Amino acid sequence: MFTKELLDQNDPLRKKWEDEVKRSVAKHADQKENWTTVSDLDIKRIYGPDDVKNMDFANDIAYPGQFPFLRGNQPTGYRGKYWTFRMFSGMGTAVETNERWHYLLSTGQTGLSTAFDFPTLMGYDTDSPKARGECGKCGVAIDTLDDFNDLIKGIPLDKISTSMTINPPATVLWAMYCAAAERQGVPLNTISGTIQNDILKEFIAQKTLMCPPEPSVKLISDTIEFGTKYVPKWNTISISGYHIREAGSTAAQELAFTLRDGIEYVEDAINRKGLQVDQFASRLSFFFNSHIDFFEEIAKLRAARRIWAKVMRDRFGAKDPRSCWMRFHTQTAGCSLTAQQPYNNVIRTAVEALAAVLGGTQSLHTNSLDEVLCLPSEHAVQIAVRTQQILAEETGVANTIDPLAGSYFVESLTNEMEEKAWEYIHKIDDMGGMIAAIEKGYPQMEISDAAYKFQRQIDAQEKTMIGVNKYVEANEKVDIPMVAIDEAVEEQQLKRLAEVKRKRDNRKVKECLKDLAGACKKGDNVMPYCIEAVKSYATVQEICDVYREVYGEYRDPGIF
Amino acid sequence: MRKIRVLLAKPGLDGHDRGAKVLARCFRDAGFEVIYTGCHQTSEQIAAIAIQEDVDLVGLSCLSGAHKYLFPEVARLLQERDAEDIIVIGGGIIPEQDMPALYEAGLKAIFTPGTKLDAIVEWINTNVKPEA
Repeated sequence: MFTKELLDQNDPLRKKWEDEVKRSVAKHADQKENWTTVSDLDIKRIYGPDDVKNMDFANDIAYPGQFPFLRGNQPTGYRGKYWTFRMFSGMGTAVETNERWHYLLSTGQTGLSTAFDFPTLMGYDTDSPKARGECGKCGVAIDTLDDFNDLIKGIPLDKISTSMTINPPATVLWAMYCAAAERQGVPLNTISGTIQNDILKEFIAQKTLMCPPEPSVKLISDTIEFGTKYVPKWNTISISGYHIREAGSTAAQELAFTLRDGIEYVEDAINRKGLQVDQFASRLSFFFNSHIDFFEEIAKLRAARRIWAKVMRDRFGAKDPRSCWMRFHTQTAGCSLTAQQPYNNVIRTAVEALAAVLGGTQSLHTNSLDEVLCLPSEHAVQIAVRTQQILAEETGVANTIDPLAGSYFVESLTNEMEEKAWEYIHKIDDMGGMIAAIEKGYPQMEISDAAYKFQRQIDAQEKTMIGVNKYVEANEKVDIPMVAIDEAVEEQQLKRLAEVKRKRDNRKVKECLKDLAGACKKGDNVMPYCIEAVKSYATVQEICDVYREVYGEYRDPGIF
Repeated sequence: MRKIRVLLAKPGLDGHDRGAKVLARCFRDAGFEVIYTGCHQTSEQIAAIAIQEDVDLVGLSCLSGAHKYLFPEVARLLQERDAEDIIVIGGGIIPEQDMPALYEAGLKAIFTPGTKLDAIVEWINTNVKPEA
């Protein structure tokens, strides 16, 4: 990036500074020996032209909207449109969650994002013995289309995009969305939103599990194919690093495993469905964590765009520039928050949100201060939404695109993140791909190693968490309002489900489930059958039981 | 004295297993014999493994909010099968106000976020005395 003359000029200046540092440190030693990121990358005292001398502006940086899209996909940056303020929410019954959604839209939120309870996430109904005690706790309970219709009541599906964090049963919940849109009279080719639908990171990290990896990826290719043909504005997958990071990975592992998962999905859609990469690649979306180490996160997000662009062009031969765009949502790091002195979490989240914005996110969830302790209260959510609005509309950080480009440090760290990610990607290629790597327990063990190391560092005070291992308040009494889900929710939901089962045409349900099983066995696309099944008021579990029967059930091997 | 045998278990549908896995490694390093169930075990399964493997202690981890039902259920099943000598402890996102009921149900300790690993190991070394 620099001429030889400039680098020559730089040399004596750098040497002079190095001498001064040596003298100064001899008198006053540094506060600590090792200065690292939260992921243990060594950081130098200073970065200069030497650190980026091999970079080529046109190939490595360029302008937004230009390959390799380091600086973003859109030529206009945030001036045309801020990132989507998208808060993840869901609790109790569909009716309660619908109320929260209307509240969020009234605060100026611009997109919706659904948290489902564990039975829904795992493909069980509220009346399953496995679901006891879980109903509505971690998100909204959805058993049938009847619940789903209440969930989206009064939400104009042609105007508001909705994201659904759902993985093994993604086909079912998406089918419900499609059926609900039809009922509102909204054509499928106009609805927009996202299903997370990223099963590989479930085996690696989040552990909502149903069927083995291979058939699970087949179901994902079904959704990609169906979306490509009939629901072209829908993001049929959100390839997620968030949960990988929350499980304890480093930033580079999050980046690498997520992108390698993405490669696996693209390969399957091409090989199994015979799709051309440019037919579907622009609907792939991503989801990253924004952790507490400010520059590491910015570098990670910038590197993600550049790596993906190269993967799509060089590995898959994509011709359409939009296939090379990495569009992603970001959430601030739940695992960086503390139960102790919970108001400090507002500060952490603000810093993490700023990193996401400087990294060029298209969509953002900011955690609420109380999320370590309970479901977020309305007041805590309001502060979290306001954090985003303050960043967007007061601080000026959205004025100019990719403001940290050209920083010796940020560019150098971005390159380092990219190199580390490629190392992992090549290693997993050599193992035979991500499914093979997961079967060996490779990404799981890498993450476990990192998580254990981090915890040991916290305990040894080698890393700091304020309120946990430093500046601890003795006898602290946490005094914030605690949101709890009433145990009566489970009773209500059980009644509701029984009522739906009583009223529906059970013969029709059986027929639909039989047709679905037939499609699974033949290898046909399950989506049309799934939509018919949910319209007959087949439950989430009844449909998932078909998958479990045909494809087999996967159990967590409990690797540590 | 023989090694302390610990069963770490994830009851219910919760998949947040970072804490359980970190503890599994920590306990192994502390010289305990560790069995980890993986996620998504029923209370029945956990009680059965605890008895079959003749463990001294069961550590339950839950971050989904279902601890109020699941933890007492495991303790109850162990008592029902004359295995109340197996100590049951729990951890995860457990609000203060839920703790009395859990102790009442027979849990001997609850560890919440921010607890040092060594503090848990120390508690076990103090409170679990394996009989040969």
